[in-house]
Amino acid sequence: MAKKTATAASPKVEKGYKSLSMPARYVINLVLVAVFIFVGEAMIDGGMISRYQTGVLEQVGIYIIMAVSLNIATGYLGQLPLGHAGFMSVGGYSCAIFIMRNMEAFGVTARDFATGAPQATLLFVVGLIFGGIMAAICGLIIGIPALRLKGDYLAIITLGFAEIIRVVMQNIDGAIGMDLTGGQKGLTGIPSYTNFVNTFVVVAISLFLIHTMMKSRHGRAILAIRDNEIAAEATGVNATYYKTLAFVVSAFFAGIGGGLYAGCIGVMMPAKFGFMKSVEILVMVVLGGMGSMLGSVISATVLTILPEALRAFADYRMLAYSIVLIVMMIFRPEGLLGSYDFSLSRIIEKAMNGQLFKKKAKAAKEAK
Amino acid sequence: MFDVTFVTQLLNGLQLGSIYALIALGYTMVYGIILLLNFAHGDIIMVGAYISWIVMSQLGMSPVLAIILSVAGCTLLGVLIDKVAYAPLRDAPRLSILITAIGVSYFLENGAQLVFGADAKVVPQYFEMDNLMLGDVQLSSVSLLIIIVTAVSTAVLTYVVNRTKLGKAMRAVSEDMGAARLMGINVNNTISFTFAVGSALAGIGAVLYSMAYTQASPTMGIMLGTKAFVAAVLGGIGSIPGAVIGGLLVGLAETFVSAIGLSVWKDAVVFLMLIIVLVVRPTGILGRPMTEKV
Repeated sequence: MAKKTATAASPKVEKGYKSLSMPARYVINLVLVAVFIFVGEAMIDGGMISRYQTGVLEQVGIYIIMAVSLNIATGYLGQLPLGHAGFMSVGGYSCAIFIMRNMEAFGVTARDFATGAPQATLLFVVGLIFGGIMAAICGLIIGIPALRLKGDYLAIITLGFAEIIRVVMQNIDGAIGMDLTGGQKGLTGIPSYTNFVNTFVVVAISLFLIHTMMKSRHGRAILAIRDNEIAAEATGVNATYYKTLAFVVSAFFAGIGGGLYAGCIGVMMPAKFGFMKSVEILVMVVLGGMGSMLGSVISATVLTILPEALRAFADYRMLAYSIVLIVMMIFRPEGLLGSYDFSLSRIIEKAMNGQLFKKKAKAAKEAK
Repeated sequence: MFDVTFVTQLLNGLQLGSIYALIALGYTMVYGIILLLNFAHGDIIMVGAYISWIVMSQLGMSPVLAIILSVAGCTLLGVLIDKVAYAPLRDAPRLSILITAIGVSYFLENGAQLVFGADAKVVPQYFEMDNLMLGDVQLSSVSLLIIIVTAVSTAVLTYVVNRTKLGKAMRAVSEDMGAARLMGINVNNTISFTFAVGSALAGIGAVLYSMAYTQASPTMGIMLGTKAFVAAVLGGIGSIPGAVIGGLLVGLAETFVSAIGLSVWKDAVVFLMLIIVLVVRPTGILGRPMTEKV
């Protein structure tokens, strides 16, 4: 394990090793994301991807955000929050209600979201960020008491908090005498403000922000806390601050994911955001590898598409999930990819230096 | 103040609280010994309730047999889960075991859903019992029975843990597993025994629950288990009297919140109670403060 991280993290200091400059890396990735979205949109327009499939793709994007955001708290911070669905529901409700209430103020009708009018886009962005911030506030409220506790206590307190959120969403209307969340029967009539393009633009931005945060000084501090909290504190990392930060950021992106979810599905039901949903997201993270963004992305994609593809076996899906979870923990506790993360720039650099396929031979030589 | 409904509600609260307490004892014991939050514990109760349903409703056999088989089945299941899922992970990081526990819990729930269907099954009454009259207050005999059984089980458990050789071994393992092993204690057997006792209590809890609420459904274990865990944490995890106090507190709080007409908020109240207690006393009401070893 230690050996792996050492090779991954060690900077290439060999002389004459050609490297890519940072702007070049950003441009390459930006182009790839743009190509992906452009091709996807072209295929949808051309009718190669049906409406139903587009909906599934949007959900893939949403679950990618959910899994990667949970990964901040689970994989990078090393805690086990079991209330991620709670943040998702807060974000979803806030975003949906905000957009529904402010459509007139922005001069937007439900149809404008489909045509991509500028005001509609603005409302979408503001609504999503509002949803994210509301979730982040919830994350802060629960994070401060919860992070004083260790492991299991944190798990149970976040689980409890998510249950409280669910009960509140179900009953708040009666308590404040306002028509806000629609109670048990759910919030309906949410305009369909998401589409393939804006969902994946949000996914790309979220992944970029999370990635850069994890590569920054703050991200390193969070990793240090995961590896050894006491040692991290001794070297001057403010553990409480960074734990809360990671927690809040995790909740923020869960809120963004929830906001997209509300627009994609069109209905918000409190019962959908129970413990089961939290576990479903957790399974994605664990399966992909805790601490691996690529792992989360892949497993979120597979675990969202697979059930849709295997509708006939829907009854066995959850059973299979649980068995996979147990077997995984016994035989490969670090997940499919462990903490490996994919870096296109690294591969391009290797290709530039003609070392792409020499890695194994070189490693074997070193081992001797 | 001391009117009829109050006494009835008090009894209802104690009845619910006793069931929570019994389940909380199982959580506390397992947590005390291997520091595992056994998420599957609630689902063991679900299995116990289904065993009673099968024996009485499907096979038409006697209630006594149903009780024995429920308790025995839960005990076996608990030990089996430990051997299959948790034992290979004794030295793994805590997070892995916790996730395994969630997996086991999921497995039992979805397995039950596949086998028995998603709808609730009605568990028949074990015994016909007349309610007692105390003045003009009617006391439910089921409630009284539940409270008595819980009290006796707790007393037996306290005796086993504090006075027997196995109990001594359990306490030793929970204090320091490595040192206990060096002293010649069979750690694995002790852990299995702990799971057996905890699951047997869950089995008794399952019988009592079916007695009071006469229902078995695949997801009944989730809320029951979560509330009981809340109770165990409230009282101070690892402490037997703590689990009982926590269980009764949760049961009473839930019943009285419902009684004043706020039943839809009762789950929120219980969890809020947990959060407040944990913020004020991170180790629960009777928990010992823990210092972290470097």
